[in-house]
This record gives sequence, structure tokens and C-alpha cells, in this order.
Amino acid sequence: MSKKKIVHPYIPNSVPEIKAEMLEVIGAKDIEELYEDIPEELRFRDEMNLPEPFPSEYDLSRHVEQILSKNQTCQENISFLGGDCWQHYVPAICDEINQRSEFLTAYAGEPYEDHGRFQTLFEYASMMGELLEMDVVNVPTYDWGQAASTSIRMAARITGRTEILISKTISPDRLSIIKNYCKPVVTIKQVEYDPSTGKLDLDDLKSKISAKTAGIYFENPSYLGCIEDQGQIISDIAHSHGALSLVGTDPISLGVLVPPSNYGADIVCGDIQSLGMHMQFGGGLAGFIATRDEERFVTEYPSRLFGITTTAVEGEHGFGDVTYDRTSFHDRIEGKEFIGTAAALWGITAGVYLALVGPHGIQELGQLILQKSQYAMKKLSELQGIRIPFNQSSHFKEFVLDLSETGKEVNKINKFLLEKNIFGGKDISDEFPELGNCAVYCITEIHTKDDIDSLVQALDECLNEGGDRQ
Amino acid sequence: MNKQTKNFHQAKWDEPVIFELSNKGERGILFSEIEQEIEELIGDGFSKLPKNMIRQKPPNLPELSQMRVLKHYLRLSQQTLGADFNVDIGQGTCTMKYSPKINEKLASSLKLTALHPAQDEITVQGILEIIYKLDLFLREISGLDKFTFQPGGGSQAILGMASVIQAYHDSKGESEQRDEIITTMFSHPSDAAAPNVKGYKVINIYPNEDGLPDVEALEKAVSNRTAGLLITNPEDTGIFNPKIKEFTRIVHEAGGVCGYDQANANGILGITRAKDADFDLCFFNLHKTFSSPHGCGGPATGAFGVTDKFIKYLPVPLVEFDKDKYYFNYNVSNSIGKVRSFYGVVPAILKAYSWIMSLGNEGLKEVSQIAVLNNNYLLKKVLEIRGASAPYAKGRHRIEQVRYSWENLYNETGVTTEDITCRMADFGFHMWSSHHPFIVPQPFTLEPTESYSKAEIDEYIAGLKRVVEEAYENPELVKSAPHRSVIHKINTEALDDPAKWAITWRAYLKKKQK
Repeated sequence: MSKKKIVHPYIPNSVPEIKAEMLEVIGAKDIEELYEDIPEELRFRDEMNLPEPFPSEYDLSRHVEQILSKNQTCQENISFLGGDCWQHYVPAICDEINQRSEFLTAYAGEPYEDHGRFQTLFEYASMMGELLEMDVVNVPTYDWGQAASTSIRMAARITGRTEILISKTISPDRLSIIKNYCKPVVTIKQVEYDPSTGKLDLDDLKSKISAKTAGIYFENPSYLGCIEDQGQIISDIAHSHGALSLVGTDPISLGVLVPPSNYGADIVCGDIQSLGMHMQFGGGLAGFIATRDEERFVTEYPSRLFGITTTAVEGEHGFGDVTYDRTSFHDRIEGKEFIGTAAALWGITAGVYLALVGPHGIQELGQLILQKSQYAMKKLSELQGIRIPFNQSSHFKEFVLDLSETGKEVNKINKFLLEKNIFGGKDISDEFPELGNCAVYCITEIHTKDDIDSLVQALDECLNEGGDRQ
Repeated sequence: MNKQTKNFHQAKWDEPVIFELSNKGERGILFSEIEQEIEELIGDGFSKLPKNMIRQKPPNLPELSQMRVLKHYLRLSQQTLGADFNVDIGQGTCTMKYSPKINEKLASSLKLTALHPAQDEITVQGILEIIYKLDLFLREISGLDKFTFQPGGGSQAILGMASVIQAYHDSKGESEQRDEIITTMFSHPSDAAAPNVKGYKVINIYPNEDGLPDVEALEKAVSNRTAGLLITNPEDTGIFNPKIKEFTRIVHEAGGVCGYDQANANGILGITRAKDADFDLCFFNLHKTFSSPHGCGGPATGAFGVTDKFIKYLPVPLVEFDKDKYYFNYNVSNSIGKVRSFYGVVPAILKAYSWIMSLGNEGLKEVSQIAVLNNNYLLKKVLEIRGASAPYAKGRHRIEQVRYSWENLYNETGVTTEDITCRMADFGFHMWSSHHPFIVPQPFTLEPTESYSKAEIDEYIAGLKRVVEEAYENPELVKSAPHRSVIHKINTEALDDPAKWAITWRAYLKKKQK
């Protein structure tokens, strides 16, 4: 490649005449002089060993597309992967809005020139509030893991206690985030689940809860896919010990399932990725936290909270930060946890999604998922050697398949399925060794009966294939 | 060239809150009908649910036709001043540079958007290659030895640094004793707030009369309780701390670990590196220096790097290459676990990769040099404006940004930074004040990056001049701003009053009734 000097399209003032003119205004002989404060011993005088660049946009695009083409996607294959990131349909308008330059490239302007940013995020929180039947929802944080971690730290501050009980059916990934976030301030104790139902073991909960307990955190539906119907009992146990009830949930289930606020939850959290975000290899996650509108809760949020207010002009709505003083932006020492750039654009997008689906769409969608997942469970359970461990419980979109009796490991089965252009369920044999050779399968509205039948047929072939037994 | 302010007026649609647009029965989107065979076999899907778990009443979401939803959000978008629309040099420290559209297009490819994070490694070799290669690039830029892209923003990367520092002292059995983190007041607020979450007592070093953190104060602060140092450089003032290597030496000698907040490294790419100043840890914000867009406040990435010695504490998984294929490495002996799910905000990783591949070694250096040129040009011009000053480092040059002051203007007119911010909005500009606390009185922070032409910078300066003239001639005009923005001055008192604040529409309606 030639070494001719270019003016890169991203750097207008690279034009030599402009550079010279600006240097003259500054009164410096060259740009090097502007770095006078950096001592020579700190100066890097080598070249960074980076590949030859592609300043031509076409060349760049070819290069990146060529790398991306090595990926095989859930669009080209049938995927049954779930577990904290889900393939749902993304309405075209969701992409249209989050690709708008105005939203995509805005950041931290004021309630005036960024009025739209404030209003869309207020509306997002408001629609989430309806889904959750709670009056306070934050501007999104990074993901469910962060939302759960902060919910726990909020509970610890509200109760003045430092121990949290967490259901063992939690996603191991999330538990790992929580553990790091809580260490060394909040101690975590795990509560067993009933091996036949996948629901929380109430006796174990009662034996572990004490006057030290800040809260009990469980997920509904759980990572293992089971719907927890003892929510009110769990909340009552928590409350009778002066602890809070914290529930993590998948908001897309709440068209058909009762929201946690209805069974005693004090703090509800979860991920909004299912509401209009592409999976993006896990890049589409964003966490929400919701509570009742009580001062003792509101003042413990570390997040931005946008509220509606009046303006100098009669009848005009404005929006702004509610109790900004509690954030670390206002007080780096006494502020609650910390706040920074997180996932606002996904909040705006989830707002678009909820506005599109409306009250009936979210219900119809939930029903569709229930029917399809139940169909898949029924068909799969008919296969020789496949067992559905928690079949006494009900499920929303995910369920565990126990493949132990097939004599084939999940990863072997998934390799077989991959050859048939099927991404089998997520292997949890390492995450939940007590369950044995298991996978979590996820069915959503995007799966057709044919997709499910293809899976059943491929699994049947795999299980009846000779020779590959280990 | 146009040095006059534009006769700007922002869009004002008077767009109601979305609930007020609802019409019973309208639909924004439909889903597939359930296949007949499934319905015959399964029924309505509800019969299997426990009765107490079935939602009886649909959520009170608005009901709108598709085009009305689109229109609502398009109108609200027009009421948001994105960087693509304005000369966005007024949000200093935020590095509001151009986010190339080609990168948006590439990141929108189904080859990325339709990837599930738990797919077989064989099926995601392309994206793993990009993650791995961006790690290699950032190693070159920082001099450090390994990067993770898991943190979803700069603050989460700081949490990651504090966690690694804690894990390191844990491994030496000293984490209980070493319970203090040192930072500086001109570092980002999260450099104090995030270690606090990890149970650390935080010592904040104040600037000396030169605006730099005081070496003597640091010497007094370190002890056998020192776990580490988290420090920004250049700090919010845009002044490069020439004694930074002394800082790391002092902290290392006390047994502490040094973390470099390079969230904004826009003025120093290829100029000076974390390694050269002996840092153990550092992070870059891909949504700042490396052009991934800010998205109204994320999704984002704090790319977190460490020296060899600290790799074993990083969050899992790491992405590795065995000369044949890319793979996830979960075998990290003293890993802190995870800070965010999966592998981070992958589209931001792709955009940063693509941006670096467009520029290369020389291009990155040019980015920084022009960012610094633009900043010093702007500094010169701002100092010519009546009432403006740039505290500290008088007569010296700055790196990529400057924290200025309107103190003189305030003393002479009573007009505050906040008033000027509101009036600048009338001309289609942002003007941000400062992180708290306001050590610089009546502060404002400007950072012109490499993206704006001289003519555009002049346009911004003309805006400032115009508002300052107004402040001296007709301060009431400025104090009552904005006048040509979307809305007028908000009532903030209600936002701090539990009886009045309303964070959702349902809360608003309840409180309105009372």
C-alpha cells in the first residue's frame, strides 16, 4: 500500500493549510509543542504495531464483512438457546428508532435540548410500570446481573442488614456478577430448591432466614424455566422477618403471568433484552429495577430516575432528574453506589416495543409462547430416553431436558444437531451438576411447529444413532 | 466562513405523553396465529398454569396504530440534540466524536445481531476474531498485556479495576488490611464511587494551585492500608500530570496497585501509554475515544486491560487464539468472576475494531494530534471572550479538553453557568458544566475532539460570544432561557419532593388526583 499522505474523512483539520492556520493562532510552531507537559520518559516514540488500515470505506466494509461472514447465526439455523438472552421477534420500528441519529448520538444534554431523550425514557419507565404494576422504574442499567446486584445492595441499605438469601435456581452467570458486586459488604447464602418441582424449598428458606437477612431474592420464571407459584408465601416469610422480597423476572412473560408486585415483591428487577433488542451475542442486554413509590426506596436507587414536571409555561410538560442528589454524579463520596453510561438506548427501544404490542399484544404473545413451549415439551417428552425433570411445575418459555438416559452427553447431542442446522438447548451439565446431563431449551413466538418438529425428529435420529455411545 | 450564530429553533411538536395518545382497539403489531395442530393438542396454554399465576387484567399499556407509534418517536427524536446534528464540543470529558455510519451498518448485520452468546464456538469464529484482535490493538495502544470487554461502561470498568485490586490483595492475604483506595478530585466521580461499593474507604486528593493532584498529599495518603490508586490523566482540566510516574512509584512502594482511568484517551493515542507510566491496570471507553456512539447514555464498553501479573484476576471468559481457532478461556485461576453477563456490548466492540482499522497507527496518532490542536485553538479563542477564564496552568497548553470558568462573568452580571447552558440550547449547542463538586467556580468543560472543522469550532465560539454579549447587555434574556428550545425552564422543586415527584405516568396520575 502506498504511503501517500491522506486527509482522513474523520479528521477535517488534517488539511495542512488549516493546521498551519490554527497553529499560528495558538502561537505554537508545531503540534509536538502542545504536548510539552508530557515528560520525554513517558513519551512513546515507536509505532503501534497495528495492521495496515483501510481508509477507503469500501475496503473497510469488505474487510469487516469478510470476518463476520464466518459466523453462523440463529437466522440461518434454528436455535433453541435461551438462558439470559433470547431470540424474540424485533419489530422493524424498534430498529428504526434506535438507529435514528438523534437518539444514537445524543448523550448527556439538558432537559431542554434533550427533551426527547428525557420523555422517551420517562415513557419507557411508565410502560414498564404498567407491566410490573409498580410506580418507580429506573433508567436502564447494564443488565439483569447489575439490576439484581443493585436491588440486593438497596435492600441491604434499606434494612440496615448485610445478608441476602438467593434461590439456587438463579442463573450462575448472574450469581457470579452478584457475588463480585456484593463482596465483601453483603454475605450471600443460597436456598435449596425442591428437586421435583424446581420451586423454592420453603423449609430450607425458613431454616436460613433470620434477623440478619436483608432480603430473599428469587427469579420467576427461574433460569431452569419453572414458574414459582409460592411467591406470596416467600414474600410473607421475608416480611415476617423484617426482610424484603426481591424478584427477578423476564418482563415479556408478564402479559400472561402475574407481576411480582402482586405477590408481595418489594423490589423487582430483570432484563429488557426480550423487549425489542436483538441478541447481538449478548450485547443487547439491559437491566431494570422497579419499586413502589416510597421515599425509603426511591432515595436508595443509584440510577437516574426521570420524572415529569411543569415548566415556566402553563400547560407545558417538562422532565428532569428526580432526587439527583442521591447519585454519585452529585456526590462521589456519599452517593448511592455509582452511576455512569449504561444502556439508555435499549430503554428507549423497549419503550417503542411496549407501545407497539400494547395490552393485548403482550398477552397474545405470552399465550403463543405458552402454547408453543408446551407443545415442544409434550413432543420431546415422548422421545425414548428424554425426561423433563420439573414436569410437575409449569413453564413459560424455557424448560430443562434431562438427556442422561440417552447415554449421550449434551455437547455430543448438540454437535449432532448442529450438523442439521439446529442449535440445541444450552448445556447446563456443568452449571447444575446435580441435575445430571441436562440442557435448557427455549421456545419463543419465533418458533413454528415445523421448527419444533424438526428438532424432535433430529433428536430422535441422534438418539437412535448407533455406535456413538460413551 | 460563517462566524455568525444561526437563527436556530429546535423542533417543538408539543407531543403528548404516549398514554394520552391511546385509542382503545388500535394495534401497533400483530403476532402469528397459533398453528391449529398445536392448539388442538395443547389447548389455550393457560390450563397448565397455576391459577394464582395467571394475569387476569391486561397491563394498562397504551393502544396505538403502528404509524402513530413511529411518528411519536420520530417527533421525540427531533426533540433530542444528537452529536450528528450539532457542533458537539460542549459536552467536555464525553469525547463527542463522529461515530461512522459504516460501523452502524456493519453492526446491524444479521451476522452479528442474530448471534446467541451460548452458540458453539465453531459458529462464532468471526466475532471472536474481532474481539481477540481488538484486544491486540488495545495492547499496542496501552502497552498492557490483556484486555476484557466485559464491562458495559467506564464506571463498570472501574468496578472491575477495584475488584481486581481486591482479588490481588486477597491472594496475598492482605485484603482486610488494605482497605483504602486513593483517587483525585478531578478524576471521574466513579473512581471514588465504584471502589466504595467494594467496601473501600476512599481518599480523595485535591488539586494544588497548579490544578494537579499534589504529590505530597499522595505521600501522606499512602500507608500499609493502601490497596491502590485509581486516577484519570489527563484529568478533567485537560492538564497532563507530568508526575504521574511518581504517583505510581509511591503507590507501588506502599504495596498498592495502580489503575489508570483512560476512559478518555483521545489526546494521547500513540503519544504516551499506561505502561510507560508503570500502571498495572487501565481502561478505555470504546464509546468515547474509539467512536462507538453514546446512545443517550449507553450501551457502551469500558475495555479493561491489565499487565501479565494481573491476567489471572480478570473476569471470565477471556478470548484466546490457539493458531487454529478462537476460543473462550474460563480457566482463569483467581478470576473475580463476572462484572457483566456474557462478553460485553459486542456491537460496540465491532465498531471500535472497525474504527481502528480505518485509521491504523498513523491515523490514530493524527486523531490525537488534531484533537489536541483543536483544543488549544479553542482555548485561545475562549480566553478572548469576556468573562471566561481557564483556571490553572496559565499560558500552558492542554491536552484534549479544558475546564473553564464563568466566574468573572457571574461576578459582573449574575449570569450563571446554568443560565448560559440554557441559552446555548437556543442556538443548538450543548454546554456542560462539570462533575461535582464544582471546584472550579461556575465551571464549563469543552472538548472539541478531532471531528469538527475549524469553521465549526468558530461557529461554536460565535455562539458563546453571542450569549456572553447578551449576558452583559440583557442578563434577564439569558436567565430566562431557553426560549427557542423544546420546552421552557422546568420546575425542579417538584422533582425533589416525595409528595410531587412522579417517575411514571401512573404515579403522576395518582398524585394529580390528590
